[in-house]
Order: sequence, then structure tokens, then C-alpha cells
Amino acid sequence: MNIAVLLNMVPDLVEDLEIDASGTALDTQWMRYVLSESDEHALEQALLLKGRLGARVTVLALESGDAEEALFSSLAKGADEAVKITGVSPGHSKRALAATFKEALKNMPSDLILTGVYAIDDLDGHVAGLLAGMMGLPFVGVTRSVEPADGHVVVQKELPGGAAVEIEVGLPAVLGVLSAPQPPRYVPVAKIRETRKSRALVERVTAPVQPDGVTIRRLFKPEPAERATMLEGSPEEVARQIAALLRQRGLVR
Amino acid sequence: MSATSRDVWIYVEHLRGTVAAHTYELLGKGREIAAGLGGRVVAVVLGEGARPLVATLGAADSVLCVDAPAFNPAVPEAGVAVLRALAEARAPRLVAFGATSVGMDLATLLSARLGLPLVVNCKDVRLEDGRVVAISQMCGGKLLAEVEIGGAAILTVLAGAFPVQPGMSDRTPPVEAIPLPTPLEGMSSKMRRLLEPEPGDVDITKAEVLVGVGRGIQRKENLALAEELAGLLGGTVCASRPVIDQGWLPLNRQVGKSGMVVRPKLYVALGISGAPEHVEGMKDSDLIIAINTDAKAPIFDVADYGAEADLLEVVPALVEELKAGCASAA
Ligand SMILES: Cc1cc2nc3c(=O)[nH]c(=O)nc-3n(C[C@H](O)[C@H](O)[C@H](O)COP(=O)(O)OP(=O)(O)OC[C@H]3O[C@@H](n4cnc5c(N)ncnc54)[C@H](O)[C@@H]3O)c2cc1C
Ligand SMILES: Nc1ncnc2c1ncn2[C@@H]1O[C@H](COP(=O)(O)O)[C@@H](O)[C@H]1O
Repeated sequence: MNIAVLLNMVPDLVEDLEIDASGTALDTQWMRYVLSESDEHALEQALLLKGRLGARVTVLALESGDAEEALFSSLAKGADEAVKITGVSPGHSKRALAATFKEALKNMPSDLILTGVYAIDDLDGHVAGLLAGMMGLPFVGVTRSVEPADGHVVVQKELPGGAAVEIEVGLPAVLGVLSAPQPPRYVPVAKIRETRKSRALVERVTAPVQPDGVTIRRLFKPEPAERATMLEGSPEEVARQIAALLRQRGLVR
Repeated sequence: MSATSRDVWIYVEHLRGTVAAHTYELLGKGREIAAGLGGRVVAVVLGEGARPLVATLGAADSVLCVDAPAFNPAVPEAGVAVLRALAEARAPRLVAFGATSVGMDLATLLSARLGLPLVVNCKDVRLEDGRVVAISQMCGGKLLAEVEIGGAAILTVLAGAFPVQPGMSDRTPPVEAIPLPTPLEGMSSKMRRLLEPEPGDVDITKAEVLVGVGRGIQRKENLALAEELAGLLGGTVCASRPVIDQGWLPLNRQVGKSGMVVRPKLYVALGISGAPEHVEGMKDSDLIIAINTDAKAPIFDVADYGAEADLLEVVPALVEELKAGCASAA
């Protein structure tokens, strides 16, 4: 089985987000990117399938410094091949990103295409479902487990309240992973560094796609209608104020 | 596709015979938008067992219903095949889904198949000179995007964006019952079964006090701190998704979109950023106290009281404080 895993880099929310002078995009100059959380789970899901079936796992990401780190880290975790896609900049558009992945996947037959079901910077769609629609492939998103079977996979798609639907999906298919059945594996930095020396990324040049879709008028930061009353002081002082609040409200003696 | 109509379609999400609350929010908002566009609000209710739900959709001008044996629109391929056939024949101006597990999949796939633009995670929608303007929430609630859509489009809308009341009505709407346009047998995705949540040790929806832990708890060992605090408050520990995904707590302790909706007297949020998917599950708690090292964390927008502080320092101090209180009361 050939599995392609598509990796999306997203703004690191630990840093402050700044809006650029146009007012319609994030200021990317100092922005740090991290691998989208649900993509980490998509990779883990693929590696679990590899462990079970001996599947061949190829990871793909758009060229960037932070993406290279994610690609090498995927190799260090056990992916068989890592592809760096060059020649495009789809900007903010997830439709353009999906179209780019579609191009990059040409001549790369895959039984399963796995990617995160969403990314924190999604606006004009989520890549997994868009890609499936563009490729005319079956799709299930928000998966929490994927079990291999004969010529198909059995996936659990999450529903509210801890419920799920179990769906049989014929291959090839695109799946939007929300979480893998076990936490993403950890790989020591030293091993990633070693992988950087011993392995190379495959480069794939892709023609630019026309970003279409919606027009962003402006980006802005929310102005909270009612913000919390902030408790100031040392941790002990904060604790004392909380305890006082709880007593006052009869929540503790 | 035929010329675009002025109609606003609302996708009716239902599970175990009950329509999801956010559907009524959408119906109410849909009325307002449709009135502005000079069109109608059409509720689209799909799946086996959909027909009886029509009685609850009186806020819609009309209902399109596809109720067929073994048809479950939570299977994206099945749901989209039907939605696509309906939309191609009738050309709605807007199709709105809840930004839920089912809605996300259907909206995205439908958008790609129909070639219609999509805006996800909307928290507001309005008309400006006949154009649809949507506010989409991004980056875990730290950023908003105002987008403009000229023609037909698809939206997913966050639960809690609009009031429920305007979407409720006792009237019985006219229904058009439509047979399945495509046979399910030919599809490569097949519904197998509904998996109910595993019964757990505790039911967090019944707890009066909840101590919610997020990724800020950092390691499993630190959960003991939250347990001790919860013990002193007579409460239970629950968590955000990343903590559950790490396997540190069972799934039945998850609060939020894919977990439980809770409404305790007290919710203490420890190291939880306040992503919309989490907030959806706890925002109606009577008293919310949040501890987070990031002063800009969106959790402070829903909390009553907050402290920009390290939970690993505040919680032990609070535990001491509460223990001292108990001792002096005894
Ligand atoms: C379809 C779908 C369903 C989802 N369902 C759910 C759901 O049911 N429930 C849910 O919770 N999420 C859900 N999510 C995920 C959601 O989008 C967020 O990723 C998640 O809520 C983030 O959890 P968090 O706040 O614990 O982690 P983060 O967003 O990483 O936040 C951690 C916070 O801890 C703070 N922190 C770090 N160290 C400390 C410290 N020492 N002291 C105090 N604060 C500290 C940081 O400042 C940060 O704000 C869902 C997502 C999708 C797409
Ligand atoms: N939106 C939905 N999400 C998940 N399952 C659904 C949905 N709509 C209908 N179903 C399923 O369809 C079957 C009949 O639906 P109901 O009459 O709502 O109980 C059940 O197995 C439901 O779980």
C-alpha cells in the first residue's frame, strides 16, 4: 500500500500574530511556522498503518525552512520518502494549496492520501476535503482511527459527544485525520539532525496555481466584548483571591 | 447548474432523532439573510429517519427531505451526492452548515464538487448591498477575517454564533419529499454502524465543579495537581482535546465540540487557550476562572476571572490556601 501524507505549516500561536500593511494578510516576516496539529496525527496514522502492513509512506510539503524540519522529522520517525514541493506560493488560499497538492501527486499513485482535517489558518476551506473533491476520490474527514481491510479501509469518523460512525471506504481515498488512535510518536532532535545528514529530500517542481475563491477585505483581532476580571499579583496572591471568590460564592467552605 | 436563485439553504444536522441546536441558530439567521436577498429559507434534512424531524423546522419557508433506508449523510460521499444533485437542480445562493464534524466534511466536499467558494468557521454573516459578508474565526480565536462573497457560496458556521429563538416556530412547513437521486450501493463509502461513546467512570455533564486541564499542564504527572484541586472543590477533572489525545485522560472527560457540553457552577480552566472548539463545550458555565501564561489567550474572553500566571505555581498555592481554609473551619 502506498500512503501519501500532506503536511501543512501553520502560524505558531505561541508568537504574537501581526497583520501586514495591506490589512488583508498576516505579516510573515518574523512569523514562525509549525506543523499543523492534525497533520501530526495524519503522519502518525500513516506510520501505524506502515507498521501493520509494511505500507510505503511518502510525506509532501511546500518548500520552506520550517517545512524542511517537518519533512526530515517525518523521515526520522519512519517515513520512506519526503518530497519538497517548489515553484508555487498559494498564499493564504487552501483551495490553491489543495490544487498544488493535486499537481504534486500526479504520477505518484497512492492508495491512501492522508492529511489533517483542518488547520488553524483555514479560511476558504479545509485541504483534505477540497483535494478529494478536486481529485474525484472518496473522502471521509474527522477520523479517529483507520483500520486496513481487503481493498478498503474501515474508518471511525467522530461525531459529537464521543460517538462515531464507522464507515467502509474503498481505495484509493482521501482521509482527513483529526486524531490517530495513539499520540504522535516523539523523535529526538539528535535523530532529526542525523537524518538531515544521511537523507535527502526529493524535489518536485509544480506549476503555480491561480488562487481563487473569496476576497479578504480585512484581517483583524477580536475585541472582546467582556473580558475577564484579571487577578494580579504573585501566584500566592492570585491563589488567595481565587479562594476568597470561591468562599464568597459558597463554592468552598 | 441553473441560474442562481435567491434561496438560503440550511443543512439540518441530526443525531438519534434529535435536531442539533445550531441548526435553529442557522434557520433564524437564514430568515434574516433570505429576507434581505428576496429569497426563501429552505431546510435540507437528509438521512434515514429524517421525515419526522420536519415538524421541528417551521422557521423554514419549505423543507427538502430525502429519507431513505440506510442513508446516512454523515458518510460524506452519500451526503454530498444528494446535496449536489439537489443544488445543481435548484441553485441555492447560500448553503450553510454547522462547523461540525458532519458539516465540515459535507461543506468542503460539496464546495469542491460544485466549484463554489466556501468560507469556514463563520461567527457572523450579514448582507451589505446585496453582497454576503462573513466574519470567519481563525487561529484558535486570535484572528478574524472579514470576507466578501459576490455570488453563490457555501458557509460553515460556528455553533453559538446566533440565537436559537428566531429559528424556532410551531408552524408546519411545506415539505418536498425527494427520493434518493443516486443509489447507495454504487458508492465506494458505506456506512457500517453508529458507535456510541463508551460508558465511563464519571459523567462530567453532571458535575457541579469541573477543573479543566489543557496542554498547559505539560506532562501527565502534573495531572495530580488538578486532581488534588478538584478533590478539595468536590469536583471532577476534565480536559481539552490535546490532553485526551495524549491518552492522559479517557475520552469521556473531553469538553468541547467532539466531547461533552458542560454547564457546571464552576469551571476552572488550567492551561487551556480557549479555542472555539473547546469554548463551545463550556461557555455556559456559571463561573469560569482561567489560569494561563498568555495574557492574550482567548479563554480570557469567556472567563469571568482570569490570571496571567503559571498554573504549576498557582494551583499548588491554591491547594494550600483551600487546605488552610478547611483546617481553620474545622
Ligand atoms: C472537528 C474538531 C473538533 C474538536 N473538538 C475539540 C473538543 O471537543 N475539545 C477541545 O478542547 N478541542 C477540540 N478541538 C481542538 C481545538 O481546536 C484546540 O486545538 C484545542 O482545544 C486546544 O487545546 P488547549 O487549549 O489545551 O491547547 P493549546 O491551544 O495548545 O493551549 C495551551 C494553553 O496553555 C497555556 N499554557 C502553557 N503553559 C502554561 C502554564 N504553565 N500555565 C498556564 N498556562 C499555560 C498556553 O498559553 C496556551 O494558551 C477540535 C478541533 C476540531 C477541528
Ligand atoms: N447528522 C448525522 N450525523 C450522524 N448520524 C446521523 C446523522 N443523521 C442521521 N444519522 C444516523 O441516521 C440514522 C437514523 O437517524 P435518526 O432518525 O436521526 O436517529 C441513525 O443511525 C443516525 O445515527
